[in-house]
Amino acid sequence: MKNAITYFRSLFLFELLKGLSLTGRYLFARKVTLNYPEEKAPQSPRFRGLHALRRYPNGEERCIACKLCEAVCPALAITIEAEPRQDGSRRTTRYDIDLFKCIYCGFCEESCPVDSIVETRVHEYHFEERGENIMTKDQLLAIGDKHEAQLAADRAAQAPYR
Amino acid sequence: MQFEKFLFYVFAAILLFAAVMVVTRRNPVHSALFMVVAFFNCAALWLLAEAEFLAITLVLVYVGAVMVLFMFVVMMLDVNLAELRAGFIRNLPLGVLVAAIMVVEMILVVGPRLFGLDSFPAPAPAPADYGNTRELGIALYTQYLYPFEIAAVILLVAIIAAIGLTMRRRPDTKYQDPARQVQVKAKDRLRIIQMDAEEKG
Amino acid sequence: MDWLIAFWGWLPLPIQILLKIAAILIPLLLLVAYYTYAERKLIGYMQVRVGPNRVGPKGWLQPIADAVKLLFKEIILPTGANKLLFLIAPLISIGPALVAWAVFPFDAGVVLADINAGLLYILALTSMGVYGVVIAGWASNSKYAFLGAMRSAAQIVAYEIAMGFALVGVLVAAGTLNLGEIVMRQEGSFLHWYWLPLLPLFLVYWISGVAETNRAPFDVAEGESEIVAGFHVEYSGMAFAVFFLAEYANMILISALTVLMFFGGWLSPFQGIPLLGDYTAWVPGFAWLLLKTFFFMFLFLWFRATFPRYRYDQIMRLGWKVFIPITIVWIVVVALMKVGHMPWWFD
Repeated sequence: MKNAITYFRSLFLFELLKGLSLTGRYLFARKVTLNYPEEKAPQSPRFRGLHALRRYPNGEERCIACKLCEAVCPALAITIEAEPRQDGSRRTTRYDIDLFKCIYCGFCEESCPVDSIVETRVHEYHFEERGENIMTKDQLLAIGDKHEAQLAADRAAQAPYR
Repeated sequence: MQFEKFLFYVFAAILLFAAVMVVTRRNPVHSALFMVVAFFNCAALWLLAEAEFLAITLVLVYVGAVMVLFMFVVMMLDVNLAELRAGFIRNLPLGVLVAAIMVVEMILVVGPRLFGLDSFPAPAPAPADYGNTRELGIALYTQYLYPFEIAAVILLVAIIAAIGLTMRRRPDTKYQDPARQVQVKAKDRLRIIQMDAEEKG
Repeated sequence: MDWLIAFWGWLPLPIQILLKIAAILIPLLLLVAYYTYAERKLIGYMQVRVGPNRVGPKGWLQPIADAVKLLFKEIILPTGANKLLFLIAPLISIGPALVAWAVFPFDAGVVLADINAGLLYILALTSMGVYGVVIAGWASNSKYAFLGAMRSAAQIVAYEIAMGFALVGVLVAAGTLNLGEIVMRQEGSFLHWYWLPLLPLFLVYWISGVAETNRAPFDVAEGESEIVAGFHVEYSGMAFAVFFLAEYANMILISALTVLMFFGGWLSPFQGIPLLGDYTAWVPGFAWLLLKTFFFMFLFLWFRATFPRYRYDQIMRLGWKVFIPITIVWIVVVALMKVGHMPWWFD
């Protein structure tokens, strides 16, 4: 009896019809596609995108050239050179991040004692020529200045968990 | 009428050309493809002769099925062309002799005296609603019923004989039986058990 | 209006025929182009995506963009390929798909060539399509292409027999080879159409049709997971586009033929139903034909979105051991129904 039922089920393509009804139902299901450039998925405040160097509200750069980020970087993407500035404070003369090497792990951000090097929410960027992948100190500072409001808000949102 | 005559000579010329190419081409795949061309032109000639059933059947059976199988086999053959050419000169006299004898015999049996336009006046063109399929069917299933059925049985026997000769059971090969595969249910193969979480030791 | 008819009569016969051919082929090719768009859109919907929506409003210009892209791409000849056969293969593959429309009746009497042996002609031509695939596979001088061609040849020979037998059933039921007359014999109501008395044959014909066009789930000739793209792996640019065109033209042809043989062609489904039949009598037959054909074209896409590819030995088993016996048995049944003048259909 059981065999007869399976036989008729396979003869009348029962399981194929079941499969068709499933895809048929999905034909009318609500679509989950994001129309990317117009619509974007929500981002976490912890999003790790393009790097930036921040400044204090008075305009002074935060980085004190402690080189903790350079030491912790697992991809050896960060290169720092430092010298005393005119006023005697310790500052970087060179702060390069090779974005081809970077794996966006966020360790530099974690290690920074003064919240200077951070990762922004920017993830749409590209390079057109060889060499553009190396972000210099000026470029990083400029990115930081541009996104300072967002960066400060994100740091504040994360503060309770640090 | 004049245009039909023109078509006849075009198709006939292509047919002869293709037939010659079938036997002279070195590459067997080219030969097979020229044979397809020959069949096509033959079908076209039959269409001109108002034998549309035969023409379409020729395309359907020979071009659509038989030649596909031919191509299937010929494409997989790795024919050594040099070896094929080696025996040509040696076998040429014998081949020519056989061909000559066949030509003479054919001329003796179906000589030119039996053909010619005067012995076969062109039949009157059939009316437009005339279907040669129906006529053929009526002839096959009444007048020639026995020969037709006997031919069918002979072909069936030939198929069974060919399968019987070539089929061999190989007990060592593994194969699946889809009929049994589709019978299998998930619970025949898979047992879901309820189990308490293990205590940490 | 009158001067148009006069102008038509004034045109020489070959020009008239050419215009008729263009009237069939141009809409057909446009339909093919938008069929590819519909496929991408529908399969997208079934996968909870939206499909192409960038080129033009809602992506309507996508097929045109694709065509332009393929037109401008280079046709690469592989080394060691047989040049002539390599370039002829796509043409051989599209030729039969287009030529078969010559005998297709779009409405009562609206047909390019009303020949008596129309059904045979269609059968003969659909069996030709395999040559394009086989020649392409062989001429490419590539192992993947060759494997695809071999698979396709074996598969098509197997399913052609089942398809032919299914059509023999139609032929027995209708008692004519003329496609227009086959439709007229199904007149009455949608219960008079042949899908009901020939239900097994209809299923066999339809599934064999899917297999003949090398569509999922029978697309082992392409089998991108194991033989890359099968027979057209070496093709690029317009040569590839022609293969693509041929495949979709064949799908439309098979859909339209299924409607013709089993679903009453241009006949209205509401025919014979008291009220509905009268209210819909004004709808032209061509619209019904188109609607029914669209349904089967949709089925092609639905199958592709649903079923995984058949294993090769199972395809062969299905063709030889399941379909052919079913068709032979049902031909006998149909013959008995016909001889016994079974009421409703054959009285």
